[in-house]
Amino acid sequence: MTGLRDRACIVGIGQTPYTRGPLPPGANNLTLQLQAAVAAIADAGLGNHDIDAILPFVSLGNAEDFAVNLGIEDLRYQATSHLGGACPGASLLNAVMAVSSGIANYVLIPGGWYGFSGRRVREVVVADTTVMSGGVNARDFYFPYGLTVPPQWFSFTARLHMSEFGTRPEHLGAVAVAARRHAQLNPAALMRGRPMTMADYLASPMIAEPFRVFDCSLEADGACAFVVTSAERARDLRQKPVTVLGIAQGQPYPADDIVTRADPFRIGATNAAPRAFAMAGIGPREVDFAEIYDPFTFQVIQQLEEMGFCARGEGGPFVAGGRIEPGGELPVNTHGGLLSEAHVLGMNHFIEAVLQLRGAAGERQVPDAEIGVVTGFGDFGDSAIAILRNG
Amino acid sequence: MDPGYDKPLPLLTGMTQALTGEFYRWCRAGELRFQRCTSCGRFRHVPRPMCPACGSWESEWTRSTGRGRVVTWTVVTRPMHPAFTAVPYAPVVIELDEGVRVVSTITDCPPAELQRGLRVRVVFDAVTEAVTLPGFERDTEQTE
Ligand SMILES: [Zn+2]
Repeated sequence: MTGLRDRACIVGIGQTPYTRGPLPPGANNLTLQLQAAVAAIADAGLGNHDIDAILPFVSLGNAEDFAVNLGIEDLRYQATSHLGGACPGASLLNAVMAVSSGIANYVLIPGGWYGFSGRRVREVVVADTTVMSGGVNARDFYFPYGLTVPPQWFSFTARLHMSEFGTRPEHLGAVAVAARRHAQLNPAALMRGRPMTMADYLASPMIAEPFRVFDCSLEADGACAFVVTSAERARDLRQKPVTVLGIAQGQPYPADDIVTRADPFRIGATNAAPRAFAMAGIGPREVDFAEIYDPFTFQVIQQLEEMGFCARGEGGPFVAGGRIEPGGELPVNTHGGLLSEAHVLGMNHFIEAVLQLRGAAGERQVPDAEIGVVTGFGDFGDSAIAILRNG
Repeated sequence: MDPGYDKPLPLLTGMTQALTGEFYRWCRAGELRFQRCTSCGRFRHVPRPMCPACGSWESEWTRSTGRGRVVTWTVVTRPMHPAFTAVPYAPVVIELDEGVRVVSTITDCPPAELQRGLRVRVVFDAVTEAVTLPGFERDTEQTE
């Protein structure tokens, strides 16, 4: 099955600086995302009026909010995929379908927030249970017991993984340390200049066992955007295109309750990975780097396992020993990820993958990077997986 | 019962909340009950209008033994919500003997003594006039 392989490309990227306050006067989630959007459109060599489809991030603005500011008088298509942190990848799938079918020509995918200076990331679901599938179940059946934030509910699965497979704190730590090492090479990363050792990791305070402070992503202010067009149109644009080889989304079952699953480790990626790799016509061994949505360290181990980079239960040893660090066999989160660059909803994972595949990642460039994987992980385990190629 | 109770509560009224309301009304009456499909006999929780296994719309609220075992848990050591500042506390996942799983708490077990498979039985805590939360205590009559 090749499906939509080679039909669409990412042709423009934009990002704001990643910061932790203060909130600029007059700024909000829309103004921040518009800055990134304008940068992405310009990067592609397009004008704002060329955009004819907008796929906004769930709960962070309507397509109309963007269109009226960018002056888009005939918006042909808009859609929002309600997959939380998997929304960018799900929107890419939507964009690929739109441009390959002629529904739209130039699709804008924005995402970003004042996740530090505005409503803190940890407050999002408690403040508005409608932002995610399962939010209402969380309110009615989790919150009364003090289970109110993502590090608490995902710690259930992490603990099960540790008792089932012998995954150790040092394995979670290997993910955190690797992210921090990558971030030292990235001028945009919030944790650049603040290196971390395994001893630092193990000494960081517990938040919700087995998660320590350093297992958690960095609440941050920042936005990104990217522009997608057809492979034919991409040839005429300014940048070397990054081609979508494989793209798929998937959900756990049931998606709206994390504790009642027959198989507690099965997530959206378990279902999506075979589809994405089949479309791309490659396997995990042919991937040069991976940008894995990392709200917490454990989710990196879990997604690598469920995508088939290693067998289930072997993710801990897999990430240890430097394999995912700079210069390793499979560099993971070469920008530092949500853990050490900034929590920009995984939009920053797409920006980084494009930079790597353009050969424009500077000091942290993965040599000869030809194929990269980007994942999104949202709500109670929704996934999107994109397999991208340079040129 | 604490008139100043400030922790989050389930929403028990409104068009979408009928089944959730019914679950908690049984708790208030001192009974743990789960939906059981009248057609295929499967228990389910969280409450849903349809049986996802067989498609039936018919179900009855069947009384649980109230007995089960610990599947997993976390120990919250840093407050993340203004009403939950008394750390550490340990939300747990309990699998009832009927097969359904719930998030809950164990009232008589310090976090350090939690273990997989620990046998527990339901107890009820009337936290407000309207809401009674099911919790669990160690089941001393049954140990694995
Ligand atoms: Zn049934």
